[in-house]
Amino acid sequence: MIRVIAPGFFTSIQDLGRLGYADIGVPNAGVMDLYSAQLANQIIGNSPSDALIEIALGKVILVFEKQTIICISGANFSAKINEKPIDLNRSVLVSKKDVLSFEKPIYGARTYVAVKGGIQTEKVLGSRSFYRGVTQQAILKKDDILPIEDWGNSKVQKNASVKIEMEHFTDRNLLVYPGPEYELLSFKQKTQLRTVLFSISSDNNRMGYRLEGVIENDLPSMLTSAVLPGTVQLTPSGRFIILMRDCQVTGGYPRVLQLSEMAINKLAQKATGDKIQFKLEV
Amino acid sequence: MGVFRLTYKSYGKSAILIEWPSRIDKKICEDVISFKNKILKNSAKQIIQVINTYSSLTIIYHSTINIIYDDILDLKSLYEQEVDEEITKKYRWEIPVCYDAQFGIDLEELGDENELTKSEIIELHSSTIYTVYFIGFLPGFLYLGGLDQKLHIPRKSNPRLRVEKGSVAIGGAQTGIYPSISAGGWYVIGNSPISFFNVKAKEPCFAKASDEIQFKSIGLSAYNNVQSEVEKGKYKLKKSEI
Repeated sequence: MIRVIAPGFFTSIQDLGRLGYADIGVPNAGVMDLYSAQLANQIIGNSPSDALIEIALGKVILVFEKQTIICISGANFSAKINEKPIDLNRSVLVSKKDVLSFEKPIYGARTYVAVKGGIQTEKVLGSRSFYRGVTQQAILKKDDILPIEDWGNSKVQKNASVKIEMEHFTDRNLLVYPGPEYELLSFKQKTQLRTVLFSISSDNNRMGYRLEGVIENDLPSMLTSAVLPGTVQLTPSGRFIILMRDCQVTGGYPRVLQLSEMAINKLAQKATGDKIQFKLEV
Repeated sequence: MGVFRLTYKSYGKSAILIEWPSRIDKKICEDVISFKNKILKNSAKQIIQVINTYSSLTIIYHSTINIIYDDILDLKSLYEQEVDEEITKKYRWEIPVCYDAQFGIDLEELGDENELTKSEIIELHSSTIYTVYFIGFLPGFLYLGGLDQKLHIPRKSNPRLRVEKGSVAIGGAQTGIYPSISAGGWYVIGNSPISFFNVKAKEPCFAKASDEIQFKSIGLSAYNNVQSEVEKGKYKLKKSEI
């Protein structure tokens, strides 16, 4: 078991998401930065579909009530065990009563705690990913108990660590493809899309990132159609919304671009005020 | 044989979007669903999901599409093929709605705007048989077609931050029921005590695209009765096969 002492600002349980229920209006959800989450699971030999703890900023404190192995990947929030700093991207043995804490953000916006065997909270429609209205909880709260499996005789594999590319956290360029309504844009709009350095507004969360900056927009509204994580919508006001993992399954704004999978992961590590630029691959 | 002229587009690196003429039309909706079923049964590639809306299908594949042209050719020929369609049963669901002023908080405004009395609104809203076009927006939110023109009204310019669960509302040419608390810009005219999304049920949402919905006006006391039966898990929705 892991006990939540301080839940932080927005901490949730996520796995690969709830795929196959779009028919009944259920969003994918799932880890925001699939790249970092997969890395965390991989380093301790978990399955890619094992659930992990996703932390988006805030002072988080967790206490382990069982010995196990963990790995933290993604943002650097100064992780410590019993007040002693620990490495990211490396398997770490934790003992009963150990306290894992996160404080000062150094880089990135989301970090992942993978635990040997995965977090064993309830599966709803095939996934443990929190999503309001589908799972009982949307975020972790103080005193929550997270079930984990017994790994009493765990031994840490030496050298089980990897070096990560800092570009994943610092690069402004997001690889995108033309969205279904891209061709409706004027030459000027298309040029703006490629050349403007956009910044991320404070309105950013697991559902979507709204961008600062307005472009001319005279596109007609469209009949509601499917949207995907990574879809860039152009709203009537001329502002952009990039949909993220918790986005609804259908929407009515023109879908002008589609982020690559890696671009979604990179964006998940960005926060208010960070700059981005679209790199269009046709 | 395919009936409509469809367009095929890539949508990112692992999805294909198929579009019908862009309008709300029962024939198009039926064709969308029938093609969706064909794809789910006959696709050579592994599919994560197929999302159907008024006039489009989005197919999301497990793997990246490398040669989109080939996949589109396969889909085109599948659309033209005669395939024995499995006949899935369709139902008409009777949904109790209480239009009492305590729930129908926008009845008056809608009545003023569209020059209708309250009972005319209720009569118009509950005498229509609606078609479920698809489910989206929120888990269990049914997009219903067929709203009487006299009830059409543009969405509110200032959406409410909180619309209660079960709210029955009108926005534009559409009507629907909020399956959970949500923000919303539609005119709320009543409330249904029915649960439209229940993760514990075998079918979390009882209705599916191409089913039908009919609203039945009920009074406050009937509303309370239904609500308590729903809470106890004893309420059985009335349905008939169509």
